[in-house]
Amino acid sequence: MATRKVTLWKEFAKGLWDENPSLRMLLGLCPTLAMTTSAVNGFSMGIAVIFTLICSSTIISLMRNLIPKEVRIATYIIIISTFVTVVDRTMAAFLPDISKAMGPFIPLIVVNCIILGRAEAFASKNTVGRSIIDALGMSIGFTLTLTFLGSLRELIGAGTIFSFQIMPESFTPWAVIVLPPGAFLMLGLIIGTVNWLNTQITKRSAH
Amino acid sequence: MKKSTYLVLVLTVTASVSGGILAYFGSFTSKRIAEFQKNEQKKAVQVVLPGSVSSESKMLDGVEFFVGKDEAGKIVGVAFVASGAGFQSTIKIFVGMDPTMQTILVMKVMEQAETPGLGTKIVDDQTNKSNPNWFVNQFENLNVANGISFVKGQKPKKPGEIQAITGATVSSSSVVNLLNASITKSREIFLKSGVK
Repeated sequence: MATRKVTLWKEFAKGLWDENPSLRMLLGLCPTLAMTTSAVNGFSMGIAVIFTLICSSTIISLMRNLIPKEVRIATYIIIISTFVTVVDRTMAAFLPDISKAMGPFIPLIVVNCIILGRAEAFASKNTVGRSIIDALGMSIGFTLTLTFLGSLRELIGAGTIFSFQIMPESFTPWAVIVLPPGAFLMLGLIIGTVNWLNTQITKRSAH
Repeated sequence: MKKSTYLVLVLTVTASVSGGILAYFGSFTSKRIAEFQKNEQKKAVQVVLPGSVSSESKMLDGVEFFVGKDEAGKIVGVAFVASGAGFQSTIKIFVGMDPTMQTILVMKVMEQAETPGLGTKIVDDQTNKSNPNWFVNQFENLNVANGISFVKGQKPKKPGEIQAITGATVSSSSVVNLLNASITKSREIFLKSGVK
C-alpha cells in the first residue's frame, strides 16, 4: 500500500490511546470487567492476550491471500483457538495459581472481540510487519488498561497493589470495588476521565 | 479447482495443522499438569493429616480416601474431599480425620468463590489480624461424633460446636452442612471397608 502514510510508530501508538481497545473502542469488556479483581490478574490476562494477538495476527496476515473470504471467520477462529489453547495449557503447567484464578477466561479469549476484530479489520488487509506492530500496540494498550484498572480496584478493595500493602492499617477496604458492581463503577469512571481528557486535548489543540 | 473444493481444502489444512500443533503441545504440558496436581494433593494430605509421612489413595464406593501413615507405618488418619453448595459457589474442602472418623484433625478449604470480604472469611479473615484463620482453626481436633452445629455471635460451648462468621451465616452454615453430610457418608464407607 503505497498510499499509506501512517508511520509504524503511529500504528503502534494508536492502540495505547486513540484506539485503546478497552477505553475507546469498548471491545473485550468481558475480561476487562471480570479479570481486574487484582493487579496481577489483570496483568496476566493482558500477557495472555499479547501472546495470542501477536501470534494470530502474524499467521492471519501471512495467510491473508490464501484464505477465501467465505470461510475467513472459521479459519480465524481455528487459528486463534490454537494459540489460546497453547496459552491455557502453558499457564496450567507453569503458572498453576494464576491459571486457577483466571478460570474460564483464558479459553474465552477465543471469542474476544479484540483479537477477531484485529484479524478482520487489520491483519487480513496488511503486511506481516504492520500487523505485528498493530497487534503489539493493541495488546499492550489492553494490558496497561487492565493492569491499571486491576491496581485501582485492588487498592480500594483490598488496600494493596500487586499484593503490596499500600493503604495504612486503619483503612477499611471497600469490598464492593472487588465485586462485579465495582468493576462497572471503576471502568465507568476511568472511561469518563479518558473522555474528559480527550476533550481537553482537542480544545487545546484547536486554540 | 472448484470454489467449494478450495474452501474445504483451506479449512481442512488449517484444522489439521492446528490439531498437530496442539497434540505436540499437549504431550509435554499434560505430564507437567498431572505431576503438579499430584504434588498439590500430596502436600494437601500432609497438611490435613499432621504427622503423616506417606499416604496412599484408595477408591471405596466411588469416594477417594487418602490414608496417611507415620514412619512406623501406623495409620494417623484418613483424608477425603467434601464439597457442596456455598452461598454463591461450590465449596470444596479437604478434611483429615482420625482413623476412627470421630474427630476432625485439620480441614482446609481448597476451592471457593464466596463473597470477597464476607464469605471468603471461611478461608482467611483479614479483619482479624492476629488470627486470620480463626474460622478454619475452630475445626481442628473437633469432635464430630454427633455432627457439627454452629452458634452465632457467641463463643461455642458444647462439643462439636463452632462459631459462625458474622455477615456470612450462609457460607458458615454451608461449610457445616457439607461437612456433616460428607463425614457421615465417608465414615460409613470407610469403617465398613475395614482398611487398616
